[in-house]
Amino acid sequence: MDLTYTPADEAFRARVKEFIARHVPGDWRGCGALDRSAYDAWSEDWRKALLEAGWLAPAWPKEYGGGALSVSEQSILSEELTKAGLPQSPRPNDGIGFSLLGPTLLAWGTPEQKEHFLGRTLSGEIRWAQGYSEPDAGSDLFSLRTRAVLHGDEWVIDGAKTWQTAGMYANWIFLLARTDPAAEKAKGLSFLLVPVDQPGVEVRPIKNMAGLTEFASFTFTGARTAASNLVGGQNNGARVALTLLGFERRVGGVSAAAAYAIELDRLIELARHHGYNSNPVIRQRISACWSKVQIIRYLGLRALSVGIGGQPPGPESSIIKMYGAEYHKEITELAMDIAGTAGIAPSGALSASSLGADPLGVDPLSTSSWSTVFLLARAGTIYGGSSEIQRNTIAEQILGLPREPRVPIPVGR
Amino acid sequence: MFFGLSPEQQDYQRALRDFFRSSSTSQDVRRLTGDERGYDETAWRRMAGDLGVQGLDIPEQYGGSGASFIELAIALEEAGYALGGGPLFASSVLASTCLQQSEDTRAMAEHLPGIASGQKIATLAVADDNGAWDPAAFYGLKARHDGRDYVLSGTKSYVFDAHVADVILVTAQTEDGPAIFAVNSPAAGLRQTRLPLLDQTRRMSRLEFSGVPGHPVGAPGAAGRVVTRTLLTAAVALGAEQVGGIRRCLEMAVEYAKIRVQFNRPIGGFQAVKHMCADMYTLMETARSAVLYAAWCVANDTSDLAAAAHLTKAYCSEAYYKAAADNIQLHGGIGFTWEHDCHLFFKRATASLQYLGSAQFHRELLAQAIKL
Repeated sequence: MDLTYTPADEAFRARVKEFIARHVPGDWRGCGALDRSAYDAWSEDWRKALLEAGWLAPAWPKEYGGGALSVSEQSILSEELTKAGLPQSPRPNDGIGFSLLGPTLLAWGTPEQKEHFLGRTLSGEIRWAQGYSEPDAGSDLFSLRTRAVLHGDEWVIDGAKTWQTAGMYANWIFLLARTDPAAEKAKGLSFLLVPVDQPGVEVRPIKNMAGLTEFASFTFTGARTAASNLVGGQNNGARVALTLLGFERRVGGVSAAAAYAIELDRLIELARHHGYNSNPVIRQRISACWSKVQIIRYLGLRALSVGIGGQPPGPESSIIKMYGAEYHKEITELAMDIAGTAGIAPSGALSASSLGADPLGVDPLSTSSWSTVFLLARAGTIYGGSSEIQRNTIAEQILGLPREPRVPIPVGR
Repeated sequence: MFFGLSPEQQDYQRALRDFFRSSSTSQDVRRLTGDERGYDETAWRRMAGDLGVQGLDIPEQYGGSGASFIELAIALEEAGYALGGGPLFASSVLASTCLQQSEDTRAMAEHLPGIASGQKIATLAVADDNGAWDPAAFYGLKARHDGRDYVLSGTKSYVFDAHVADVILVTAQTEDGPAIFAVNSPAAGLRQTRLPLLDQTRRMSRLEFSGVPGHPVGAPGAAGRVVTRTLLTAAVALGAEQVGGIRRCLEMAVEYAKIRVQFNRPIGGFQAVKHMCADMYTLMETARSAVLYAAWCVANDTSDLAAAAHLTKAYCSEAYYKAAADNIQLHGGIGFTWEHDCHLFFKRATASLQYLGSAQFHRELLAQAIKL
């Protein structure tokens, strides 16, 4: 048990802090303090600075413009950016390209695919959406029905995908399609890269219950992609898609905890403003939230340790997403309780928020931001493996309890 | 950066697991609930001689192995899993920590070697009849200097293993302020009464002092910091026991869910059962993470020890209680019987939830520690 970082890692942390100091204005309060247009104006230069430092895609090899950072360095970079209120993925599609598509191509792509797609992803010329979920395939992902048939040197794709984060900004989508109609479930799927700007692809925004359009759905009607845009071998798509599920969980935990800590500090300011920090019940709830943020940090450190040591993922990897998502509902509910009646008639600045905790700089007294993140938190226990599925997985794969019987039951009975 | 147990620590944990598996079976635990001393002396000696448990957190110069609190926490988890260990908590956590925190080298030299070898059993008495864990309640016992020695008068209660202790450390008020005294037991004027407990796997006593001689441990007036620090360590140690208990409850529940058949399948095949077990697993791993971090804080005397200890006590207490309660629920009717072991863990969880202060008590102290 040693919670100190190596001297080399501490030196890296110092470099990151110094980089941050050089690239933010003196009165920087965190990107949460910027409204949409101010953010858009500022973030281009910031993205360029990250790109030049090799930190836009920190885990990628240097030959593809990445930082080739070690596991601990990736975690440190993420943590320090979070603490400074700086976005690691400045544009909506960045995270998808750098953390999902990039590692997949690095693991499975041909030299030509890597050469064509990675640099363009880095520059932002190619903006990715992730095409896994379908209207009829959510938790049961591998029952997906989008199909692709080879005609000459092109795949022809028909089907529908949904819940594509930043889908309306994407010009490419990587998707799983059924290429062997005789094979069931996870067998017979292929991982395809598909250009969006073509007649056969239709994109529609999905308005979520917070009134934001962060997601889109896609319809494919005779859409086409070159045969060379298949990744990882025909009918091997499930394995390709599962590759990247482990990456984020190893290095994201510590910075996720840092983000939750920032959010909790903001909640404490809100509580203090209302005098609720002396209310015994609110104190108990804040204390309980503080405890969970620490526990999320411990889980993140455990995952980091495992990643640094090159070990297979441990128990923490099975629970950290579920635990964090359920915590986020708890703290946003507490925020609404503290805001009280004023919270049901929201006012104040809204930050350019996404699915997680709002970044540093959001006004703690803005009920618009609290009520929005409160609504968005409802999705946290649904996407990326719902809490119910996570529990099934823990029970079946870790505890060895009997798997669900796979007996079809007709709808309507 | 490594958050976890080293290979050596894992080996030690396996050895401890084997020891408790052989010396603290379910039958042993039940038999000892009716035993006067409440623990197996042969097993106690083996625990010291073969595994060096009692002296893990005691420096080598005082007869211990000079390992660290983390090793002691590992032992406590295994003891909690087995409902075993006898006076380990009283002697090697409460008394040993209090002596070391006092920095009274004379007292340490006098008592620590016996504690480390297991030949001396020690305990700490802070609480009074009201069972309050606010330090203001720890000094109802009065120590008067009669010109030669200090003599103690008053009461203490909820004292672990006082009935077998050779030395009892007590907190008392002197005219110089709060102090700690070492009292030999038995002693003239010291009346010890066993308390009937909900948790029959432990022993607690009430003590009445009528002019009992006591030797100061540390300087009179300096006890406050020593006691506070000791109880922070104790909270983390209790957390370690609680993690072991959660692990045991999870194992019992899962094993039963795999073999109990209803509606033509093992009940573990039903999602309601699966999800309860998955939640227990989550409680175990999160509680374990909290204990490991807090144990590191204890071992390194970090500035965030108080927050970590209060967090651990509150979280692990509630986690163990939930796991033990759900273990009964998942066992159905037989979980409610005397003959089945579920109630032993449920009662241990219930008692541990209150001992050293409830979860609410510690969450309030945590709120203070983070300057809310």
